[in-house]
This record gives sequence, structure tokens and C-alpha cells, in this order.
Amino acid sequence: MTKRTVYADNNATTPVAPEVVEAMTPFFTEHYGNPSSMHYLATSSEKGIKQARHNVAQLINADPSEIVFTSCGTESDNAAIRGVLAAVPHKKHIITTRVEHPAVRNLCQYLNKNGYRLTELSVDKLGQLDLDELRETLDDDTAIVSVMWANNETGVIFPIEEIAEMVKSRGAIFHCDAVQAVGKIPIDVKQVNIDLMSISGHKLHAPKGIGVLYIRKGTYFVPLLMGGHQEQGRRGGTENVPYIVGLGKAAELALDNMEAEQKRVKALRDRLENELLEKALDSSVNGDRTHRLPNTTSISFKYIEGEGILLLLSAEGIAASSGSACTSGSLEPSHVLRAMGVPFTRVHGSIRFSLSRYTTEEDVSYIVEKMVPIVRRLRDISPFGRDELHDPK
Amino acid sequence: MWDYTEKVKDHFYNPRNVGTLEKPDGVGEEGSLACGDSLRLMFKLDAQGRIKEAKFQTFGCGSAIASASALTEMIVGKTLEEAEIITNQDIADYLGGLPVEKMHCSVMGREALEAAIANSRGEDVEALRARKGQVVCECFGVTDNEIVRVIKENRLQTVEEVTNYTKAGGGCRRCHPQIEKLIAGVIGVEQKQEAVRLAPKKMSNIQKIKLIEDTLEKEIKPMLRADGGDIELIDIEGDRVMVALRGMCSSCPSSELTLKKYVESKLKEFVSEDIIIEEVKP
Repeated sequence: MTKRTVYADNNATTPVAPEVVEAMTPFFTEHYGNPSSMHYLATSSEKGIKQARHNVAQLINADPSEIVFTSCGTESDNAAIRGVLAAVPHKKHIITTRVEHPAVRNLCQYLNKNGYRLTELSVDKLGQLDLDELRETLDDDTAIVSVMWANNETGVIFPIEEIAEMVKSRGAIFHCDAVQAVGKIPIDVKQVNIDLMSISGHKLHAPKGIGVLYIRKGTYFVPLLMGGHQEQGRRGGTENVPYIVGLGKAAELALDNMEAEQKRVKALRDRLENELLEKALDSSVNGDRTHRLPNTTSISFKYIEGEGILLLLSAEGIAASSGSACTSGSLEPSHVLRAMGVPFTRVHGSIRFSLSRYTTEEDVSYIVEKMVPIVRRLRDISPFGRDELHDPK
Repeated sequence: MWDYTEKVKDHFYNPRNVGTLEKPDGVGEEGSLACGDSLRLMFKLDAQGRIKEAKFQTFGCGSAIASASALTEMIVGKTLEEAEIITNQDIADYLGGLPVEKMHCSVMGREALEAAIANSRGEDVEALRARKGQVVCECFGVTDNEIVRVIKENRLQTVEEVTNYTKAGGGCRRCHPQIEKLIAGVIGVEQKQEAVRLAPKKMSNIQKIKLIEDTLEKEIKPMLRADGGDIELIDIEGDRVMVALRGMCSSCPSSELTLKKYVESKLKEFVSEDIIIEEVKP
């Protein structure tokens, strides 16, 4: 019997869509010209980029001129924050949240050690922000506010529209790391007052190594990579044409399937979550279940540790991830779950399943079927919870 | 993904001796839920005083479960005296090695064994705790004697290694200076003595000024800046170093403490024992 592959780690990265690979291939083999050159091969490369820029712009309802291609989400975050700070050197205050991705969080903490004041907004037990705290900490010295659209670990969605209004009313620049949100939920930058927004290709079925920074027209910005005139002088470096084309195709697919996919994936996620909560006792969902990405669930299984769960899942062909310390490469468990005040008894045993358009009903059934005995097996080894658990066998 | 050996995988997927024993002769516990791993080890002795049966329960990652499973296999058939000399490295070796970041799992095994042996000899918990010494790492509850033992047994040289082996210093990092001292205490005694002997007895004024400036730049300013403060060197007269505090430090109620405890002690450490710090108020 061949082992099944059930990929439920789509917030880490997604499989590249076959349509994307197909769209990219000619740009390795035939249209390999440098778009800056003056010959027919440059023209076909340039056309590919133009189409991709158009597609990405459509996905978020931006103008194509506001789309800057980068190498990844982390570069987009760095370019946005450093680019704005360089453009408004008289302002020395940064606001972000305690649950940001390391690309934003570690950068802001570094800047904090090098002359900037930093406010990290706290979250409540559902992982939601207190907007009064933001209102109170915004001041005339605030250069930039960087808040993620949706959290990678819990899927919790922040009220970005309200946050944007609040930030803009105090004259600060608003950057949003929308890496987890773009392609999963509708985003319209004409409706939401965002100045800069980060996108990562490999979270929406394009390959790794390609990202986007949306920069609203009229935003003060100093490029991170200075060089040639590429991307209208906002990002030097020869364009990564095949990957840009790939991201363009992925954006088109995401937009075409958005409505249907959102509903279908949400139904799968809800079934997975409800069945696990019901069958694996002493488990609970982390984060706000109403304002959440349709594909993500973070569930804590008490008294057991995440790495053990992942290893046993992996042996069954199931790929997921955990907020436990042992899987993070550090000794500290998830900063997101800890910021939410999730007790240690639950943090270490937290598992994130993140689904995608390729997840099927059979996949969900298979995860539940395997997960329940895995939890029981590890609890049998654990010294904790024996008195608390009442397993009706 | 960790690169576990086949033996680690085997002991994780098929753990030996899981469970508890009725009326055990020795029980040892190590770790806690908060720390992210925990081990309860128990054994029974036969008439000759050899361990005839051992059982464990583990809350923790794959290598924690594998280390505990391996340990139970290793101690069965041994007398307490034979079991006592098992080191964490022995446990790791038995498993064909552990990733360096996971060595603390083997240390947890050895410590639980130590506790279980003490328990079987009727040593009370307080005595064991006293033997462990003072807590150095508050985050993970690791004591100085535990750290020193691991440094000695595994010839550790850096804080990072100590963290990999004991978890100490893996949280808030506040105890890093203390761990450095413990390492220096174990492996650096001879080296330190060497350094003192080699250090020039008398520095020229220019050398001293340069050293003071260097120490301020490399050792002191980065720490103060981390808290939004800063310091400026105003003048040097003999051993009197005059400085002004800037930024957050200038309005900090504990600036006097910062100066004496931190700035002066760093300068004494790096420049000369005779340095005296004086603050110049604007």
C-alpha cells in the first residue's frame, strides 16, 4: 500500500499550481531576454511581466503601477518599513503588534535597538487587538504602523480597515503584511486605506522566491535595493521574469476561484476542527473563530507535545505544523500563542492545520482518522492529565 | 526537520517500558509542563539490589520520549552504583547520537535517574534540591550545580552549548552572564590565570584611554541603547572616568545604579580594578 500524502501546512508554503508551472516554463526556455534590452526577446519578457503586474493588481484592486515585484515576503516587509523610515527621517516611532511574523517583528526590534521607539500592541485571548491601545500610542512622532492582515499561526484576521483609518488620521504611514491573507480572502486596496502591503508568492501556489510590495501612489518611499531603473526605480535588480509570470498566473487563479474556494475550504476546515474537538478530548481552538482565514485552524491538545504529534502524523503522510518549542528550533514556544495568554499546558501541544484549494473531503477524514489515535497514544506516554481526562472507551 | 538517527526513531515510534510500577523502589521526576518536557522515571530492585524493572512516562518531543525509553533499557540489570555513573552522553551514545539542540533531552534523563536513585536511598527532596544549588535560569529552573556538571561532563565552552544541553539561557537570556561565569569557572580557570599573568602591569595613559573608549563602545553602549539610553565619555583623569548619561538613562531613576553596578564594573573588568566612575551632570 502506498502512503497517502495529505498536505495541511499551506500557511508554511503551498504546492505550485500546475497551471503556474506551465505558464512559467516558456520564460525559462524561449522568452529568456532581459526586459531592459532592445530586441525581440526583451519584448516578450516585458509582455510577460506586464500581464503579471496586471493580474496581481486585479487580485487586490490596485493600479498596476502600484505593484513592485520583490524576492519574497520578508524583502517586501523590509523594503516597506525601512523604505518609509528612510523617507521620513524626522519621525522615530514604530508601532507593530506582538503577534507579527518574524520578518516584521525582528526587524522592528532591531530598529528599536538602533534609535527608534517601538510599541508592540498586545492582543487578547482571542488574538485580537485593542484599537484603543493603538489610538493611545499613535503620536506625531509615529512614522509607520505595521500590522498584519491575518495571523499565520491562528488565521485570526485583524480589522485592517479601521486600523488604516486610525493610522491615517494621525498622519502616519500604514504597512500591512498581508502575506497570509492575499489569495485566501478578498482584498480591495481601494476600500482600505493601506499605504504599503506585502505579498508572498509561495503562499498562493506560486513558487518560493517571488513577492510583491504594493505601494500606493504618492507614498514616500526610499528603495531598499538601489540599482537599475527596474520597477520604476523602486527595486533595483534584473526582473525574475519566470517567477513574476508564475505569480501573475497564481494571482489570476486565486481571483477566479476565490468565491467558490473560500466556501469550500472553510467547510472542510470547519469539519476538520469540529470532528477533532469532538473526538480528541481536552482539545481547544486557539484564536477568534469568527474573524479568521477560511483555511486555518490552530488546535491545542492538552498534556502532549507538538513535535511528537507531528512526527507521528508525518509517518502517516500528513504534513502539519506546531507552535511547540521543540519544533521552532528555539526553546521558546510560539510567541503568538504566548501573546494571547494561551497557558503552557496548551501551547506545547498546539497543532496548526492549514488547508488549500487542493484539500479534499477524503484528506480531512484521513487526518481525523489518524489524529485521534495519535493523541491517545501520546497521552498514554505522558505523565500528565491522567486524572483530568475521562476517556469514554 | 530534525535529523534523528534510526535508533532515536525506533525508540520514539516503539517506546519501551512505558507506564508506572506498583510500589516502586525509586521514583524520579524532572522537568515540568511549562518547560515543555517532563519525565517520570521509576524502578524496582531485586534481592541483590539490581534494577530489575524500569518504567517511564514522558511529556515531550520525539527525542525526549526516545531518551527516556533508552534509559530504561540501559539501567535494567545494573546496581544503583553502576546506574549512578551513567552520563547524559551515555544516553545520547546509546541512541547513536542526538541533534545538538536536543541534548537537553538526554540531560533530563540523567537527572530523573539521579532523582530516582536518591529517592530509593531515602534521600529527601529537600536534600536533593540543596545538592542542586542555586537556580540560575529562572525560565527553565536550571541550577548552577546542574550547569557546572553538564559543562564538565560534556566539555562545553559556550552559552549556546549550555542552552542546548540544559535549556538554561534559552528563554529571556538574562542569565547569560552568569552562565558565562560558570563556564569560565570550569574551563577557564587556567586560561584566566594565564591572561592575568600576560596582562601588562602598567598601561600607558594612551593605552588606558583607548581601552576605556573601546569598552564603552563595545560592551557598555550596546546594552544601554537596548533600553533607549546612551553614555558619553567626557574626560579621564588618572583612574577617574567622567561620563554623562544620555537618552532614557539621563532621566532614569536608577541611573546611579546603572553607573556603579554596570558601567563601573565593566570598566573594572576590562580596564583596571582601580577605575572610578563619576557622572557629570549637565
